[in-house]
Amino acid sequence: MAQIELDGINRIFQLGDSQVHALRDVSLRIEAGEYVAVMGPSGSGKSTLLNLLGLLDRPNAGHYRLEGRDVTTLSADEQAAVRSARIGFVFQSFHLVPRLTAAENVALPLMLAGIPPQERTSRVTQALKDFGLEPRAHHRPEELSGGQRQRVAIARATIMRPALLLADEPTGNLDRATGQEVTALLEDLNAAGMTLIVVTHDPSMGERARRRVLMEDGAIQHDLRRDAAPS
Amino acid sequence: MSPADTLRFATRAALGYPLRTALMVLAMSIGVAAVVMLTALGDGARRYVVDEFSALGANLLIVLPGRTETGGVNPGSFVSSTPRDLTNDDAAALLRLPLVLRVAPLAVGNSEISVGGRLREVMVVGTSADYLDIRGFGVASGQFLPREDFGRASAVAVIGETIRAELFGNQNAIGRMIRLGDHRLRVIGTMGPAGRGLGMNSDELVLVPVATAQAMFNTNALFRIMVETRGREALAPAQRQLEALLKARRDGEFDFTVITQDAVLGTFDRILGALTLGVAGIAAISLAVAGILVMNVMLVAVTQRTGEIGLLKALGASGRAIRLAFLTEAGLLSLAGALAGFALGHAGAWAIRLAFPALPAWPPDWAVAAAVGTALGTGLLFGVMPARRAAALDPVQALMKR
Repeated sequence: MAQIELDGINRIFQLGDSQVHALRDVSLRIEAGEYVAVMGPSGSGKSTLLNLLGLLDRPNAGHYRLEGRDVTTLSADEQAAVRSARIGFVFQSFHLVPRLTAAENVALPLMLAGIPPQERTSRVTQALKDFGLEPRAHHRPEELSGGQRQRVAIARATIMRPALLLADEPTGNLDRATGQEVTALLEDLNAAGMTLIVVTHDPSMGERARRRVLMEDGAIQHDLRRDAAPS
Repeated sequence: MSPADTLRFATRAALGYPLRTALMVLAMSIGVAAVVMLTALGDGARRYVVDEFSALGANLLIVLPGRTETGGVNPGSFVSSTPRDLTNDDAAALLRLPLVLRVAPLAVGNSEISVGGRLREVMVVGTSADYLDIRGFGVASGQFLPREDFGRASAVAVIGETIRAELFGNQNAIGRMIRLGDHRLRVIGTMGPAGRGLGMNSDELVLVPVATAQAMFNTNALFRIMVETRGREALAPAQRQLEALLKARRDGEFDFTVITQDAVLGTFDRILGALTLGVAGIAAISLAVAGILVMNVMLVAVTQRTGEIGLLKALGASGRAIRLAFLTEAGLLSLAGALAGFALGHAGAWAIRLAFPALPAWPPDWAVAAAVGTALGTGLLFGVMPARRAAALDPVQALMKR
């Protein structure tokens, strides 16, 4: 059983009178611990695919089984519980809450999951240490550099130790050097066993992934695997 | 999300937009302060009036001739004969009751008073020596009416302050003769200024012995009998004794009315209480306006923080958690507004008391509780809609907004 099983997924958006077929009959299997780059031009449906994988969106047709469980039929709150426990998100624009400090931003998922404050503090401290953010713990996002912000966002995405990490253009708002830093960070997490799915425009980042899914017009055009990771 | 976390999160959110929060709290506090201050004013007026009336003498029974039926015309109004008059003998009999301390018969009429060439219309009150103590009046100079039999028509008068000033000016009034209607009376005293109550101003009265007034107006009837009992507890038993006595004296006919000072007081109390309530209701409209403002502010907050709501959803927040967070924020804004308004209102009431020391302008407890409660209630009520809207946001759409 694969970690992610998509069968005949269709997603249609209604824009005024016209229908936009964002995903057409997408079927995909992703094993636990894989490193997948989803690539393709704008409007090819890769972001829609990522939203569906992250249970932020529902397909119009088809089935999505996450760890053997059909998650398309779950209620909104049940899906929220799955997101909380199993899925981490990293966004292009970081999406940090501006009035909260770095530590508080990292603690958000723990707070939402109802984890007691003492345990929260120790886990956040550990995470900030792991991501080299300790001296910036009590700074607000506006006082952090782009790379630091994305590191905070990644710390937040992984604080619940999810099985699946979804990243939407994680380096899109960063310069090349910090982008590489962030990529390396994500790859380290993948190496530790987390499934990593990255949507990206950046061919060099795509090159690094062991599996590349190329999308066009809402359908998967190529699904390329490379057996060995670059050393 | 635990309640403590929800509270902390909502507090941080409210403090994250200080200007918005301050304006919101200000609006809500003005509403609450308006209720607190206006009810303080209304209730102060009520207490002021009640106190003034109590000062007249709380142990007072007033006997009126005839049976007044409050409640309009009833069949009895047409068949019953003219009531028997109250007489000086009735008043004298009442004085013999053990629970009665003082009795003042009253015979009232209008007449002309003249001294030298000066002439004016005055209200003449025929009464007895006890009237001074019953009404709590003071004599400025000379003496009050002599203590004598109610039937004795001494040719003396006590005049009010205004009358004295108009007729005698700077001259001494005591011992001077005045003409009151057809009677010549000697002035034996003048009243102190500013005694008032029950529609009579003692400044403009001429007080004469009751029999003198009756002779002047050619009648045996009394307008009223004022009875002061021995203490407040004696009021009810004295009223029963008095009624039994008067009934016996008029062949078992109950053709008179006894009203107590309490009844008069109670009426004023109710009227002014209703007025206070009305004023509080008008002020409460501002609270409803503030409630709508809370809704407005929270709707803006939801729009402003759409991205944040999307993020919270992506991080696994349930709709309930988001609803609660926004509802808590609305509640906190209202609570802060209510508390600020409570303080502001009390400060205002204090300022009123400072400006008008005679007015006991303390806001009644019920008004304060109602104002703070309404503020919280409307805040939460109007917070529900924005909170639901936040919880219902589509996460993908919300995340796209920044």
